[in-house]
Amino acid sequence: MHIVVCIKQVPDSAQIRVHPVTNTIMRQGVPAIVNPYDLFALEEALRLKDSFGGKVTMLCMGPPQAEEALKRCISFGADDAILVTDRAFAGADTLATSYALASAIRQIEKEQAIDLVFTGKQTIDGDTAQVGPGIAKRLSMQLLTYVSRIAELDLANRTITIERRAEGGVQLLKTRTPSLITMLENTNELRFATMPDMIRAARYPVRKWNKDDAGIEDLSKIGLKGSPTVVSKVFGPTPRAVKAEQIPVDKATPRDIAVNLIQAMFTQHPALEQDMLERAPL
Amino acid sequence: MNERFDAIVVGAGPAGNAAAYTMASAGLKVLQIERGEYPGSKNVQGAILYSDALEKIIPDFRDDAPLERHIIEQRMWVLDDESFVGTHFRSDDYNKPPYNRYTIIRAQFDKWFSSKVREAGALLICETTVSELLVDGNRVVGVRCDREGGDIFADVVILADGVNSTLARKAGFHAEISPGNVALAVKEILFMPQEAIEARFNITEDEGVVIEAIGKITDGMMGTGFLYTNKDSLTIGIGCMLADFKGSPNRTSPYAVLERMKKHPAIAPMIAGGEMKEYCAHLIPEGGFYAVPRVFGDGWMIVGDSGGFVNSVHREGSNLAMTTGRLAAETAIAAKEAGKGFGAASLKAYKAALDESFVMKDLHKYRDMPDVFHRNNQFFTTYPELVNRAAKTMITVDGVDKKTKEREIFGDFRQKRSLVGLMGDAFKLWRAFR
Amino acid sequence: MSDAPAPRKPAGRGGRNLELPEHLKAYKGVWVFIEHDRGSVHQVSWELLGEGRMLADTLGVALSGVLLGGPDDNLTAFANEAFTHGAEACYTVRDAVLDGYRNEPFTRGLTDLVNKYRPEIVLLGATTMGRDLAGSVATTLQTGLTADCTELKIDPTSRALAATRPTFGGSLLCTIMTLAYRPQMATVRPRVMAMPKADTKRSGAIIEDTLGMVETDIVTKLLDFIPDANTSKVNLAYADVIVSGGKGLKNPENFKLIWDLAKTLGGDVGATRPVVQSGWVAAERQVGQTGKTVRPKLYIAAGISGAIQHRVGMEAADVIVAINNDPNAPIFDFAHFGIVGNAMTILPALTEAFRNHFAIRRMKAA
Ligand SMILES: Cc1cc2nc3c(=O)[nH]c(=O)nc-3n(C[C@H](O)[C@H](O)[C@H](O)COP(=O)(O)OP(=O)(O)OC[C@H]3O[C@@H](n4cnc5c(N)ncnc54)[C@H](O)[C@@H]3O)c2cc1C
Ligand SMILES: Cc1cc2nc3c(=O)[nH]c(=O)nc-3n(C[C@H](O)[C@H](O)[C@H](O)COP(=O)(O)OP(=O)(O)OC[C@H]3O[C@@H](n4cnc5c(N)ncnc54)[C@H](O)[C@@H]3O)c2cc1C
Ligand SMILES: Nc1ncnc2c1ncn2[C@@H]1O[C@H](COP(=O)(O)O)[C@@H](O)[C@H]1O
Repeated sequence: MHIVVCIKQVPDSAQIRVHPVTNTIMRQGVPAIVNPYDLFALEEALRLKDSFGGKVTMLCMGPPQAEEALKRCISFGADDAILVTDRAFAGADTLATSYALASAIRQIEKEQAIDLVFTGKQTIDGDTAQVGPGIAKRLSMQLLTYVSRIAELDLANRTITIERRAEGGVQLLKTRTPSLITMLENTNELRFATMPDMIRAARYPVRKWNKDDAGIEDLSKIGLKGSPTVVSKVFGPTPRAVKAEQIPVDKATPRDIAVNLIQAMFTQHPALEQDMLERAPL
Repeated sequence: MNERFDAIVVGAGPAGNAAAYTMASAGLKVLQIERGEYPGSKNVQGAILYSDALEKIIPDFRDDAPLERHIIEQRMWVLDDESFVGTHFRSDDYNKPPYNRYTIIRAQFDKWFSSKVREAGALLICETTVSELLVDGNRVVGVRCDREGGDIFADVVILADGVNSTLARKAGFHAEISPGNVALAVKEILFMPQEAIEARFNITEDEGVVIEAIGKITDGMMGTGFLYTNKDSLTIGIGCMLADFKGSPNRTSPYAVLERMKKHPAIAPMIAGGEMKEYCAHLIPEGGFYAVPRVFGDGWMIVGDSGGFVNSVHREGSNLAMTTGRLAAETAIAAKEAGKGFGAASLKAYKAALDESFVMKDLHKYRDMPDVFHRNNQFFTTYPELVNRAAKTMITVDGVDKKTKEREIFGDFRQKRSLVGLMGDAFKLWRAFR
Repeated sequence: MSDAPAPRKPAGRGGRNLELPEHLKAYKGVWVFIEHDRGSVHQVSWELLGEGRMLADTLGVALSGVLLGGPDDNLTAFANEAFTHGAEACYTVRDAVLDGYRNEPFTRGLTDLVNKYRPEIVLLGATTMGRDLAGSVATTLQTGLTADCTELKIDPTSRALAATRPTFGGSLLCTIMTLAYRPQMATVRPRVMAMPKADTKRSGAIIEDTLGMVETDIVTKLLDFIPDANTSKVNLAYADVIVSGGKGLKNPENFKLIWDLAKTLGGDVGATRPVVQSGWVAAERQVGQTGKTVRPKLYIAAGISGAIQHRVGMEAADVIVAINNDPNAPIFDFAHFGIVGNAMTILPALTEAFRNHFAIRRMKAA
C-alpha cells in the first residue's frame, strides 16, 4: 500500500502578531509549524500503514525551510518526504497550489502506484479547505472530505468505506481507491515519536523537487500567474468605536452589580427585554 | 544498543550551541537535545549580545545573524519616586565597525545560531527532555530522554541546560539552587514604530541605547531594571533576588515591580504607546564566584547558566555562556585527539582554561558584590532618594546660597544614615568592586 | 490562499492578466446554491440570498437560486421559499442520483448549469456540503474561489465581487477579487450574514434542467446517513441567547454557573477553545474561528479574555456582556457592557437577579 500525505508548513497563528502601526504580519520570530490539521491526516495514514504495511510518502509545497516540517513528519514514522520548492510557485492561490501538488503526485505515482492521498481539513493560514478537493478533481480521484473514520479498506478489491461528517449527521460512503481523503480534526491522537525515529528524522535527506522535477507542464497554471484570485487589500479589524460601558463595581455588592447591568441593558435595549421575557422558563 | 556519539549536548541556548558548533566543526559526532519546540522557544526574549564571545566561535557572524541595533549609548539611572539622577555615556567610537554590542531578540538569535550548528554537522533533536544522566560507576556515559528508546550513549555529555539544571542536581553535581543565589527577572517586549524609537532615543537607524536603572522601583529589594532599543520594539525588564521576593514585606510580585518601573515618570514617556508583544519571567544565576559548582568530572562538563556563569554586575550572561561552551568543546576536541579518554583527568583542562579566561577572572573580581548588595538594602531605598534630593536641591534656583544647600544635603545624608554607616557603605562598595 | 503577504498593488504583477477577457463578459447574474438535506433547507442559504440580493441590485442583474435534488425532494416548495427571500428565479435539477449529497453528481450538476447559464457570481454556504462542492466546482471550472467570507461587496471600478475574509486566524482581513475569470465564487459561514426578512408576496420563475448521469456512472455510493443523536438540541449557531465561559472559570465545577445562568435565560451554553480542550464541555459548543460563528441577541462572556480567534465567532452578537476580573482584558474593547469582577460571584448574582427581574415583570403584566 502506498499513501501520499500532503502537509503544509504554516506560521503558528497563536503566536502571530499584527504590527499595530503598519498592519502587517510580524513573521519574525513566529515559529513555523506543521499545519495542525494535517497531523490528523498523517496519523490516520500511519495507522493504515500499521495495519496494512506499505509506505507513507509526505508531500509539501513551500519554501526551503519547509523541509523542517517534513522532517517532523518523518519522526512520527513516515517513510519518505518530498518538498516541492521553486520560486515559480510563489504567490499561488488554492487553484494553482492544487495544480502543482497534483502534478507532483503524478510524478510520485510513477515511482510507485498510489492507493490513497490524504490532506488536512484545512490550513490555519489559508483556511480555505479547497486544496484537497482541487487535487482530487485534477487527478480524477474520488473525493472524500471531512472524513471522521475509515470503516473499511479493501486493498484487493480496491474499495474503501468511510464515515463523513455532514450537517446534522454522518454519511457512510463507499468508493473506489485511489481516492483523496481530507481528514477531520480530533479524529485520532498523534503518536509520540521514538528517539531512534527522531534521530532518523534529524538526518533524513528530504527530496527537493523544482518545477521540472514536479512535472509541471503548463507554467501559466502555477504561482501568481496561475492564480485567479487577486488580493486587493489587507487590513486590520476595525476596532469598535466605543469600548464597553462599565457597570460600576466599586463598593457595589455582586447583587447590585447584577441589578445595575440588567437595568442598563434593558433600558437601552427594550426589545431584548421583551424577547428574553418570552423565552425565559417560568 | 543505540548508536553512539562522541558528544551529547543538553540544551540549545547560547552555551549549548557554542559547544555543539565548536565540536561539530572539528568533526566530532555530536547530538544536541533541546526540550523546547525549537531552539529559543523557551528563552527569554530581547537581550544584549556581546560580540567578542561569538566572534571567537563564528568570526563572520555579522553577515547573517539577526541583529537588531548596535549600542552606542549607555545610560545609568538612579531613581527615586519621581526623579532620577543619571549618567549617559555615548561615543561615536561605538559607531565604528566592528561593533561591540548589539541588541538581539533571543528567539530569533537562538534559531539562527542553531541553524549554524546544524550546518556544521551536529544533529539536533527538539521537543525532547533529558530526564537523567546515565552513569556507569562514577562515569557519565550518556543520557536518558523522555521518549521510547531514549537511552543514548556518548563519550562526553555537556550540560548546557540553563539555570535550573535539574540534571546536574539529580546527578549530585550541584546543590539545590538557593533563592539567595538567583534573581527572578521579568521582561516585556513592547512594539513601537521604528521612527518613534529613533526620535525618542535620539538615534538613527541601527543605533541603539541601553538604560540601566536602580532605585526605589524595586521596593527595597536588590535588583536592577533595564530598557533596550530593538529595531521596532523596546525590551523592558527588571530583576530582583528571588530571596527578596520571598521575603518582601509588601509581598511585592515581579509583575508589580515591572508595572511600577513602567509608570515611573522618567520611564513612562519613553515607552508610551508601546504595545505589549510578549511577557516572560526567567531566573538568572547571580551567586557569582562562590556559587560556581564543580564543572567537570568523568565524562561530563557544565557550561553556561547551568554552571552559574553570569556576571550580574555587568549584566553579562550569554557571553560567558558562549565562552564556557567553546572552552568545554575545545577540551573535548583535544581529549579526543589525544586519545586519552574523557575522564576527569583529561577534562580538567576545561577548568584550567576557564581560570585563564575573563570568565573566572571577572567572577573573582566581583565575588563579594552579590553579598554586599544583598545585605544592605539601603543601596536600593535610602540612597536613591538622597541622591535625587541632593541633585534637586543643588539644581533648583530658589534664592538659597549654594553653601547652605551643600550643608542641607550633607545633613540629609547624615540624618538618614550615620557617618559611620556612610563610610562603611562606601568601603563595602569599594571592596566589592576592587 | 497564497501565504505570501498581500501585495498592495497587485495589478500586472507576475505578468498576469487582470482584465476580464471579452468572452467572459457575457456572464451575468448572481447565483446562490440552496443547500438542503433530508427535507429542510440550511438557513445559510437564505442568509446568502439576502446578501446576493444586495449584490444583484448593485449590479442591476437577476438573483437566482440553484436547487439540486432527488425525486422525493420538495424542490418546488424550496424554490418558493427562495423567492420570498429575494430570488427572482430558481434553477432546479431533479434526478435520482441527486438523492442525498454526493460530490460527483452535484459537482457535475452545478458545473453544467454554470456553463450553460453563465452567472457572474456563485455563492455557497461554508458548510461541509458547500465547501466540498465549491472546491470541486471551482477547480473544474478553473476559476477563483474565496472561502469563508465575512463581507461581500461589488468593487465600483471593476464591478467585480470584492470578498473580504479573515486571514491568519482573524488577526487580519483581506479583500480578494477574481478579475479575469468567471464565475466568481465565494463561500460564507452560517450566521455571518444577517437573515433577510421573508416577503411572502414575492414569487419567481422555476427553470428546470436535467442531469446527464446515471447511477452506474457514479463511483461513490451513499450507504447510510446516521443523524446526530442530539438534533433536537438547540443549534448553537442559531441560538438567540448564549452564555459562554472561558478558562477564567478555573474548573469544571465553576463552569456549572454558566449552565445555571443559561437555563434561567432559556439560552444556550458556549465556550472558548481551551475550555473545550480541557473537556469541560463538548466540542460543538466552541465559539470562534475553529468553532461556531454565532449571532445571538445576547452573548454573555464570563472569564473569557477575548482573543481574536474567539472574537471572530461572536462579535456580530447584538449585545455582548463581558465579565472579567482584568480591566485590561481585550474583551472589553468590543463588548457593549462590561463588569470588572470575579465571575464566580457575579454569575450567581446575575442568575438570581434575572430570575427576580423576570418574575416581577411577569407579575406586573399579569
Ligand atoms: C531577563 C534576563 C535578561 C538577560 N539579559 C542578558 C543580556 O542582556 N546579555 C547577556 O549576555 N545575558 C543576559 N542574560 C543572561 C543570559 O540570558 C543567560 O546567561 C544565557 O541565556 C545562558 O545561556 P545557556 O545556554 O547557559 O542557558 P539557556 O539559554 O537557558 O539555555 C538552556 C537550554 O536548555 C534547555 N534545557 C533545559 N533543560 C533541559 C533538559 N533536561 N533536556 C533538554 N533540554 C533542556 C532549555 O530549554 C534551554 O533552551 C539575561 C537573562 C535574563 C533572565
Ligand atoms: C489556530 C487557532 C484557532 C483557535 N480557534 C479558537 C476558537 O475557535 N475559539 C476560541 O475560543 N479560541 C480559539 N483559539 C484560542 C484563542 O487563541 C485563545 O487562546 C482562547 O480563546 C482563550 O480562551 P479563554 O479566554 O477562555 O482563556 P484565557 O485567554 O486564559 O482567558 C481567561 C480570562 O479569564 C479572566 N479571568 C480569570 N479569572 C477570572 C475570574 N475569577 N473572574 C472573571 N474573569 C477571570 C482572565 O482575566 C482572562 O482574561 C484558537 C487558537 C488558535 C491558535
Ligand atoms: N503548499 C501545500 N503543500 C502541501 N499540501 C498543502 C499545501 N497547501 C494546502 N495543502 C493541503 O491541503 C489542505 C487544505 O488546505 P487549504 O485549502 O489551504 O485550507 C491542507 O490541510 C494540506 O493538507
